[in-house]
Amino acid sequence: MLSEFVGKKSSKVRNTVEKGAVKKFVEAVGDLQPIYVDEEVGKNSRYKTNIAPPTYPRVFDFGIIEGFKLPSVGLIHGEQHYHYERPLLVGEEVQCYSEVHSYVEKTGSFGKMGFLSIKQYGEDQNGELIFSSEQIIIVPEPVARGLGI
Amino acid sequence: MSKLGELQVGAKLDEIVLSPVSRLDLIKYAGASGDYNPIHTIDDEAKKLGLPGVIAHGMWTMGNLAKLFTSYYEEGFLQDYSIRFKDMVFLDDVITLKAELTEKEENKVKFSVAAINKRGKEVLKGSAVFALYE
Repeated sequence: MLSEFVGKKSSKVRNTVEKGAVKKFVEAVGDLQPIYVDEEVGKNSRYKTNIAPPTYPRVFDFGIIEGFKLPSVGLIHGEQHYHYERPLLVGEEVQCYSEVHSYVEKTGSFGKMGFLSIKQYGEDQNGELIFSSEQIIIVPEPVARGLGI
Repeated sequence: MSKLGELQVGAKLDEIVLSPVSRLDLIKYAGASGDYNPIHTIDDEAKKLGLPGVIAHGMWTMGNLAKLFTSYYEEGFLQDYSIRFKDMVFLDDVITLKAELTEKEENKVKFSVAAINKRGKEVLKGSAVFALYE
């Protein structure tokens, strides 16, 4: 049952905002602007280094929540939210973890569907929050049935 | 380029029209993001789910949409960025990215943002709060 996992968290995983990975990412979303990739522009900016774009945490490893596994097909990414305290800096280390935040079922015109909220967090080396994000995943009933819900 | 902080409610940022979505775009995003769900790259896998062919990663479009704000990095940063994925994006779709200022506070400007396909349908819709430095 998905609802049994609500409140469960992964252990923290250390990630590095890698220069090459940021370059590859901004190329992939067509946002090759100098603040992300040009070292001189980074150095001369208020950040004193390059930064990473807001959806970059897609790249991070947020760890494994014990026993929690979603099927690889049939789920729908319904919503995505990011909150930043400041931009991510290229070269910095970020401690990342995730949490099953909530699971609710609703019945609509497409039948019964589950709405799963997974939150993800990135902290600096002092444990201060840099960003948090929330994914809303829609679990159609046949998929939920497959999970034994 | 005018400063975001000087814009008034109702102002629109310059729209960006993306090149038609290509398979290579999605393969590149899969590689860069680590999201290798085959529904985004292999037609047969997409067809198994009843789709006509591969669909773009929602996060690819969301990543593209954020670039409306990139050039303002000296003025502030995207503090909150929220998106609802409303419809699928297919190969050869031409997506237009839009942002309109909806609210101003002392150190924040809020925008409604959207990605629209060539049929005029919103595929992504949401909001972005840009925090201004002192």
